[in-house]
Amino acid sequence: MSLLQVKQVNFSYNSKRLFKGNDQTTNILNEISFSIEEGTCLGLIGTSGAGKSTLGKVILGIQRPQQGQVLFQGHDIYNLNKATQQKIRRDLQVVFQDSYSAVNPRMTAERIISEPLENFERLSVGEKRRRVIELLERVGLSERDLKKYPHQFSGGQLQRINIARAIALKPKLIVLDESVSSLDMVTQSLILKLLSELKDDFGLSYLFITHDIKAAFSISDQIGVLEKGELIELYDSKDQFFSSKHPIVKRLRDSILAEHPRFRTLTTKVKLG
Amino acid sequence: MGTYVLKRIITIVPIFLLATLLTFGMINLSPVDPAEAYFAAAHIQATDEMLEQKRHEFGLDQPLFIQYVNSLIKVGQFDFGISYVTNKPVWQEISARLPATIQLTIGSLLIAILVSVPIGFLAGIKKNSGMDHLSRFLSFIGASIPSFWLGYLLIFFFSVKLDLLPVEGIGTWKHLVLPSVTLAFPLIALYTRLLRASVLENLQESYVLFARTRGVHEKIIMGKHVLRIAISPMITGLGMNLGNLMTGAIIVEAVFSWPGFGRFFIEAVFNRDVPVIQGYVLLAAGIFLTSNLLVDLIQMYIDPRISRRGRQYR
Repeated sequence: MSLLQVKQVNFSYNSKRLFKGNDQTTNILNEISFSIEEGTCLGLIGTSGAGKSTLGKVILGIQRPQQGQVLFQGHDIYNLNKATQQKIRRDLQVVFQDSYSAVNPRMTAERIISEPLENFERLSVGEKRRRVIELLERVGLSERDLKKYPHQFSGGQLQRINIARAIALKPKLIVLDESVSSLDMVTQSLILKLLSELKDDFGLSYLFITHDIKAAFSISDQIGVLEKGELIELYDSKDQFFSSKHPIVKRLRDSILAEHPRFRTLTTKVKLG
Repeated sequence: MGTYVLKRIITIVPIFLLATLLTFGMINLSPVDPAEAYFAAAHIQATDEMLEQKRHEFGLDQPLFIQYVNSLIKVGQFDFGISYVTNKPVWQEISARLPATIQLTIGSLLIAILVSVPIGFLAGIKKNSGMDHLSRFLSFIGASIPSFWLGYLLIFFFSVKLDLLPVEGIGTWKHLVLPSVTLAFPLIALYTRLLRASVLENLQESYVLFARTRGVHEKIIMGKHVLRIAISPMITGLGMNLGNLMTGAIIVEAVFSWPGFGRFFIEAVFNRDVPVIQGYVLLAAGIFLTSNLLVDLIQMYIDPRISRRGRQYR
């Protein structure tokens, strides 16, 4: 059984119009189906407005889809009793794009990271602190940052704290919604490396939502392309993606810059001067 | 954090000095001649010589600057002069009324907090529920009933009809109940509204939604994230009201014959008892400054960003 199964999910916004006739429905997600196996990573790429983040929210149980099912470990996450909900929440963690709105601005880094530990585990004060420091060091921060408040961190540092909080409980699946997009190249590769290490060590799975194709490839086992609310194709390897004939995939592929300018091929010639 | 506290305490000094200057200036601007007021209070028909002598005794023939400095030195020694009416030191008069005032202040604030925190909090969490409607009803009533009427109503029901509590005066805790409730009523109205509004506002914060997504227990979300921060506007309100209550609740004291500051001060105004008025105004300034400092320190504890340097986001 797959860890996560998404079955024919449809999601649309209804904008009510008071004076102008019929209500307008905007389809965000259209018949989306896929599954994530334990210990694997699905990279979800697409242009902005393709419905990537909405899909993430549907999977997390924040936005109920009009149709379709989301099964996590075999349980429908929109139809749970309290005990299973508690268990599932522990195994399903998330890191969002905006690091500042994800934390309480009045808490220190130590309290932010230790919150899930307090919530789900019973630890002594010393043990808790040791775990927090360990987590901070794993994401490239240090013990000195324990007592700092969110506004004393940069966006990238705070995102690393969010990641530390998400991995604190060693969940089964982490939804990473543009989580590394705000980080600099060095930190980004550090975090991506950390994430793949964790994947190998503990069998974590990720749903890696991003517009950064390169980042997606460096960690994902499978790549899905989302365009206008539809899951166009799923690729099991880099080669499959690069040999695809689909026009939208082609366009995405062309947007990746080659390592060296000499290998860059421009589909549209740019006139200089 | 230590430096912030120190800074806040030091800034109190110039503000207090300004208050003394203003009091001194206003008393000198008023048409009341302290010497005349003195004899009027003692019911003595004064001759010009007696007035002249009194003025010399009060130091009124000296330049204004010297008078001000002298009064400052005296204030520094807690010497506010001698009341014209009772012929006792003002400080003694004030400290005799202090326990009654403090009792009433603590009593009413305690009732206000104990009632408004649960009601306001529940009203905020369960918007448009029965509790929310009850809190709205209470607030309208509390804000619109005048305290003298409420005081007499309470006396009528609880003292006269039911004979549960004493009508007036000070003594046991039973004497404290009715005046405290009367004073607490409008405060409850205010605090429940403040608390409800800020609970609603904090529930909208995205980190609350995210905390739910991460599976944090509702108890922790409410206790650590929402209530702790939502209480902050109410504490600002509390600080303001603490000053008001400590400087005397004139109407309620009159209704319940409570021997606090309020009535004492009103009498002093009518008797043109200059030293008492001066002492009272300075005391009020001191109380307001202290309660504001207290509020700031509590706010700092609740929201550590206030005292921390660093980039302020948002």
